[in-house]
Amino acid sequence: MKMTKIVRTTADAFYPFCLVFGLYVVTHGHLTPGGGFQGGAVMATGTALLIVSRSYREITGRLRQTMLKLCEAFGLMLFLLAGLQSLANARPFLGNWLTQTGGFVGSVVSYGPNPGSLDTGGLVPLLNVGVGLEVFGGLTLIILCMLSGIKEDRP
Amino acid sequence: MQTFLISHLPALLVALPLLCGFLMPVIGRAGPRVRNGWVLLGGALTAITGLLLAIQVLRFGPVTYVFGAAHTTQTLAENPAAAFPIRIMFEIDALGALMIINTTLATLAVIIYSVAAEAKQSGLDMFYALFYLLIAGVYGMVATGDLFNFFVFLEITSLAGAALVAYRIDRGVAVEAGLKYALLSTLAALAVLTAIGILFGQYNALNIAALASRLQFTPLDKVALCLLIVPLAMKCGAVPMHFWTPDVYTTAPSSVTAFLVISSQASLYGLFRVLFSLYGAMLSWATFGWFLIILGVLSAFIGVTMAIPQKDVKRLMAYHAVSQTGYMLLAVGVGLAVLGNASALAKFGRAAIAGGLFHIINYASCKGLLFLTAGAIFLRTGTRNLNRLGALGHAMPVTMVLFMIAALAIAGIPPFNGFASKLMIYQSVFHFSPLLAIVAMIVSILTLASFVKVFQALFMGPRRPEFANVREVPRPMLIGMSVLAAYIVIAGIFPQFFVTRMIAPAVNALLDRAGYIATILGGI
Repeated sequence: MKMTKIVRTTADAFYPFCLVFGLYVVTHGHLTPGGGFQGGAVMATGTALLIVSRSYREITGRLRQTMLKLCEAFGLMLFLLAGLQSLANARPFLGNWLTQTGGFVGSVVSYGPNPGSLDTGGLVPLLNVGVGLEVFGGLTLIILCMLSGIKEDRP
Repeated sequence: MQTFLISHLPALLVALPLLCGFLMPVIGRAGPRVRNGWVLLGGALTAITGLLLAIQVLRFGPVTYVFGAAHTTQTLAENPAAAFPIRIMFEIDALGALMIINTTLATLAVIIYSVAAEAKQSGLDMFYALFYLLIAGVYGMVATGDLFNFFVFLEITSLAGAALVAYRIDRGVAVEAGLKYALLSTLAALAVLTAIGILFGQYNALNIAALASRLQFTPLDKVALCLLIVPLAMKCGAVPMHFWTPDVYTTAPSSVTAFLVISSQASLYGLFRVLFSLYGAMLSWATFGWFLIILGVLSAFIGVTMAIPQKDVKRLMAYHAVSQTGYMLLAVGVGLAVLGNASALAKFGRAAIAGGLFHIINYASCKGLLFLTAGAIFLRTGTRNLNRLGALGHAMPVTMVLFMIAALAIAGIPPFNGFASKLMIYQSVFHFSPLLAIVAMIVSILTLASFVKVFQALFMGPRRPEFANVREVPRPMLIGMSVLAAYIVIAGIFPQFFVTRMIAPAVNALLDRAGYIATILGGI
């Protein structure tokens, strides 16, 4: 099942934009509407465009199921380990041990209107990244599995 | 280190199975031996966590755990002027501890069993990942003190359960059962979510204790009550809504079936929690008591009468599962019906609830063991049809003995644990209404009759040529089954120990609505 050249080229052109927008939604999850799940779904939509515009055999050369499974497992592990790391910092599970500690995600937000500082939120951006990876891997895997059930056209 | 671990046990109870499950696709790449080791390690760690937590609760009283707070017991908001519960909390009282012990026992048995039983199957990484997700969901359901959190774990349990039911595609039958389970679970979860929305809209709280303290019992609350108890009764397989149990329990792999029984009981726990802890004093006790009693009697009687003509051994056991759930509903219903009458409650109400709660864990061990033996027989013979099976006692003597223990226990024959809990139910229900006690005894006799038939059909008779190659199942499967059999025998010989240490605190916790609220709100 192969779509026309127009569809394939458009899908190729859209693909990077979808990924970038998805990453934007994931990383700004603690500032703007959206978050890990929504961003991951946007990224998976990008790969879904690629998948439906090509045949199963062609797409599995570029997107391997093992990679997606690992992506899913890694996202979940990131979430869980970030939660468990709170225990080591004398807080309950998922206690925000990174907030207001300075550094990469621990800046203190100034009062009043601000343009949105990305390096705030503590644990929350990390959890968003974990969820984003998990949803991206999981949803893409589902679409790939559904596509593998479609009969291939004989050339 | 010790206090550190103990204070975080509730979080580990859910985090450990999740960790174990999510790492499974990665660890599975290192080969089946490593994966099986990981599965057993995860099962052992989860079981130890569950047991330690339950012992801690039973010795030192209810445990709360607040996720994402400054410290684990910070149940209220930082601002003392507006002190109200905001975060997700686990609240484990003695009833929760009973359910955790129940789940732990099944986890231990089922994990050891499935490592050997599923060894020759494919796709095991995802199978165990889903299995640990199911375990984490059940632990979460019985540990949580937050209504929305309960819904989330209900969904996790339903989805993981449905996927596991359909995991071994058996000419589409398993897929049909999985789809049916997924559809009905989604419907149930939707109703529960609507009820949670109704309650949240009115009282601005999701915490069960906070909701219970604010509840006004408006007409909307009555709608929410119906939307909570009907789906939960369906999920535990009470009779007018039992139609999913035979299909699902029959087609799922046996180790999964044994654990689905536990997940049904987590719904039963939710039902009791809603009736006693959330609504409690608001309810018309006689009405809802009789509601549970009628559900229970219908389940017990229709379940067992439907079981008798079955030809498929697991389908027969599934109908018995419906029937035994009826006992718990009947006993706890009797307790609920006399809740307003202090003398009747002291005379037989408490004993009825104790019998019902004791029967939860007793039934889970018996029924789990029965499903596991059915799985062992299916593994060796490849059929579940009672008309084609027979004479397996020669080749599978240990399985036969284990089956006999479970069947006698579930029929309420001493010295096994089913006798202890059923006797408590008969005695207390007799004080309430002799007719109900007679129905309960007739159901028990029919159960015995049915299992005598099954036992004869499975194990008795002269050797048959078609089963000449049948051998005893691998040792890990026998060990897994023996875990449950050991509990059945011990609880049957020393029921007093379990009733005083485990069941009586659970009954107190179920009846003490003010205590449940005060654990979170601190007596406000």
